[in-house]
Amino acid sequence: MALHHIGLKEINGPLIVLDDVENAGFDELVEIHLQNGDRRQGRIVQIEGKRVIIQVFEGTNELSMENSTTHFTGKPLKIPLSLELLGRIFNGAGKPIDGLGDIFSEKFADINGSAINPVSRSYPRNYIRTGISSIDALTTLIRGQKLPIFSDSGLPHNRLAVQIVRQAKIANKEGDNKFCIVFAAIGVKNDVADYFKTKFEESGVLEHVVMFTNLSNDPIIERILTPRCALTAAEYLAYEKNMHVLVILTDMTSYAEAVREFSSSKGEIPGRKGYPGYLYSDFAQLYERAGVIKGSSGSVTQIPILTMPNGDITNPIPDLTGYITEGQIVLSKDLSQQGVYPPISVLPSLSRLMKDGIGEGYTRFDHQTVANQLFACYAKVQDARSLASVIGEEELSETDKAYLSFGKNFESQFLTQGENEDRTIEQTLDLGWDLLCLLPKDELDRIDSELLDKIYNPDRAARFKTKSNTL
Amino acid sequence: MSNKIFSINGPIIKVKNAKDFLMTEMVYVGKNKIIGEVISINEDETTIQVYESTTGLKPGEPVYSTGAPLSATLGPGILSNIFDGIERPLLDMAKTEGAFIGIGSDIPALNQTKTYDVTITVKVGDILNPGEIYATCPETPMITHKCMLSPLLKKGGVVKEIKPNGKYKVEDVVVVIEDENNKLHNLTLCQKWPIRVARPVKERLSISKPLITGQRIIDTIFPIAKGGTAAIPGGFGTGKTMTQHSLAKWSDADMIVYIGCGERGNEMTQVLEEFSELIDPRTGNALTNRTTLIANTSNMPVAAREASIYTGITIAEYYRDMGYHVAIMADSTSRWAEALREISGRLEEMPAEEGFPAYLPSRLSQFYERAGYMETLSGNEGSVTIIGAVSPQGSDFSEPVTQNTKRFVRCFWALDKALAYARHYPAINWMTSYSEYYEDLKNYYDNEVGEDFLEIKQRISTILAEEANLMEIVKLIGADVLPDDQKLIIETAKVIRVGFLQQNAFHKDDAYVTLEKQRQMIKIIIYFYDNACKLIANNIPFSVLVESGIFAKLSRIKYDIPNDDIDKFNSYYEDIDSFMTDKLNS
Repeated sequence: MALHHIGLKEINGPLIVLDDVENAGFDELVEIHLQNGDRRQGRIVQIEGKRVIIQVFEGTNELSMENSTTHFTGKPLKIPLSLELLGRIFNGAGKPIDGLGDIFSEKFADINGSAINPVSRSYPRNYIRTGISSIDALTTLIRGQKLPIFSDSGLPHNRLAVQIVRQAKIANKEGDNKFCIVFAAIGVKNDVADYFKTKFEESGVLEHVVMFTNLSNDPIIERILTPRCALTAAEYLAYEKNMHVLVILTDMTSYAEAVREFSSSKGEIPGRKGYPGYLYSDFAQLYERAGVIKGSSGSVTQIPILTMPNGDITNPIPDLTGYITEGQIVLSKDLSQQGVYPPISVLPSLSRLMKDGIGEGYTRFDHQTVANQLFACYAKVQDARSLASVIGEEELSETDKAYLSFGKNFESQFLTQGENEDRTIEQTLDLGWDLLCLLPKDELDRIDSELLDKIYNPDRAARFKTKSNTL
Repeated sequence: MSNKIFSINGPIIKVKNAKDFLMTEMVYVGKNKIIGEVISINEDETTIQVYESTTGLKPGEPVYSTGAPLSATLGPGILSNIFDGIERPLLDMAKTEGAFIGIGSDIPALNQTKTYDVTITVKVGDILNPGEIYATCPETPMITHKCMLSPLLKKGGVVKEIKPNGKYKVEDVVVVIEDENNKLHNLTLCQKWPIRVARPVKERLSISKPLITGQRIIDTIFPIAKGGTAAIPGGFGTGKTMTQHSLAKWSDADMIVYIGCGERGNEMTQVLEEFSELIDPRTGNALTNRTTLIANTSNMPVAAREASIYTGITIAEYYRDMGYHVAIMADSTSRWAEALREISGRLEEMPAEEGFPAYLPSRLSQFYERAGYMETLSGNEGSVTIIGAVSPQGSDFSEPVTQNTKRFVRCFWALDKALAYARHYPAINWMTSYSEYYEDLKNYYDNEVGEDFLEIKQRISTILAEEANLMEIVKLIGADVLPDDQKLIIETAKVIRVGFLQQNAFHKDDAYVTLEKQRQMIKIIIYFYDNACKLIANNIPFSVLVESGIFAKLSRIKYDIPNDDIDKFNSYYEDIDSFMTDKLNS
């Protein structure tokens, strides 16, 4: 039953309070009619007897206490879904903003989604090839994974995201036409949203993209809804239309700040750095919507992008994200300043699902071994470098010098690649082996003796040596 | 007069003017009858935390009391199963509701139609005391389920009637007893137990046996005892979950309860898939046959996450009472603490450190104290070992959950980011970790493993500690300028780190290592070290030792000698001996 209420009791930030409301449900969607004829939407966030607290998605500007009418719809916020979503642009609350009118809906779905039953999940096993060596070899992206990019202001995370979208390929028999992208711009700057749109257009992928945009000057409540709308669309495309969906959420830092702002206007007790205590659960409700479920051939893969405030990885936003997501790709300012693109800092980067989605039958039998050895050796490069900075490069032992040369070439040959360079898995892994051959055989302690005897050959690294000598 | 919902705030609802609720009573809330628990009562208001999403709930909807505290159903069918935080069977829910978890499903925890081959172990006229066994049935090929008189019947009773041996369902009555008030009680294969209360035992025994895990750094350097407690703190990506998985797979407990508390959905799927394929090295059965999973992933309701820890430990205690050694993996206790914080915040309680409620330490100690090596009411020995992962905020071990946990556990396996970055797994830092169980286990090691074991182990620890000191110098001036004896320490420590402490969970010979092989490995390292010291004392340069390739060979023992071919060590001794005579004579 629909009810109308005239007048409000209180307005506080994005929240309004109504009294004497009967029969309102928790989380229910409400419509607010302003005196100037505008219509806004809101959601019930707290009920105390006959008093309800509503958050208004579009903000409470120009709302008046007396001349506003509130209409209770009796159902939670749902968005319309159909295959027509592809190629369209929506605002944060799921309303089309590209001037092409409403979409014809096949069904409506609650944007909060429901938790996937863990027994109904299929363990993600197939990888997505991005053509970027550092990701493919060392932090392989798996279908159904959530792998965030931890970045900082001024780093090329947007370029990297575009390159991933452009090059991402699925190694399978079904063909790639079932691949699509849901892009959620959460509180991003106008020109960033434009950058993505232009890049998608240029590379001709726009008709496979669903865009949800909430710009940094849009209302914060809408920002809280943006990833939820995007993931609802993604789940629909993946689980009902059997598509492989790559969801890019940028920037999760803006999202978390919106949650904090909303929490403080509700008068909640703040936790670490003022973020509410439930930020972990709140993040989890978004990130856990990635996955593969039994009975559907589609998948939802997420790449959330977040800028670490002040580059601090222990800040609650990257910290809580890292605890939920299955690994992380960390970008480094140092590498970026040295001209390395993509500036992926491989040591703190990790893909938890990679071990089961690589190797024989997926990528190549020696993938895990090469990756382990590259990680171990690159970790030692850091030691050799700090030593060299104290006693000078000349004083180093031969082994340490070999490490320095390995480190230099690893960064300039392996990590560095062009924005349009698309490397195959074979190219990437062979390059890895070549680089390892720069080091003495004894140092390669992560490799089975048998395999090492077969493959190790210092000549493979000859080209790097001549290069570094001429430098 | 029926009770009605007054206010709703996330998972917390309040009821006005209700007098008939009990503290910690389980209630059904609203028309959909979703499950809740009473968490506070005062004169005019009762507060209830709800274990499911409250979307669509309205004030005025009814709240039904059940008269009993939130309880777990205990009986055959728990093993090989997967439950949510309040023991709802996720497999059955997936069958009836599909891939997404719906609201208000009230499916019985245990399969009601499956029959078990029951043997009745009592006669008419027998006196049955609480905790004593009246029937057994094979639950899985590895575990025989023993039905015990619930300790809730405090005085026990006399057996009045028994059914013949045969096939029975979980809820079938198999024995009838009469208590002292001449009241009859029907005993089925299952019983209920309130999850927040520890099950009673006859006596707590002292700790004397190690939980053998097959993980070298744990068994040799930082052992855990059966009935002990351990914490694994580590930032994200340091391998907490991987370590927990390895322990769940390879430790020599009879039963494993794996609690996925506020963690990732895909991880639970991985456990489900992997454990059904893996074979227990000791019994040759699939690991699922001894495992129960409690999966309350991070996106499932937060109140059920809080309960999941208690559900898990109640199940563990129940199997302990049958005389089994049970190990609990709780991944992660920080998520549980955060659930406490979240609920506390919604109740507007006064926060203590970092927003956590002031009762965090007491809750943590109540949980860890439920571990122990016990004599059960039926006279068997059984144990519950708790291994809890801790996820410190910002990888900072000084935060409240890590600090408070440290006070209640005796084994601390600190995971280290630098080791994880270098892909040194398990990334347990040997300088900051500790185990207090050495003294308790000394007898076991002396008698079962070898009298020299503790002594060699101590020397290994010493070399690692010396290396840590030397590395301070090496960082400043490089290793080349050190005298030869110190170079030897550094090189030997490297062999210990790479060849012994590092363990490859995916290698067939390395995922699980017997205590005997562990002993042989450290023994030969020390043997070579002692001999090498002699050479250096005889002014033979260190470079000769490096060129011999013995360091590299020792580092590869873990791959080159399988668990069941210990004799292969002999050839290593021969190599070292001939190398020694060769060099000393030349």
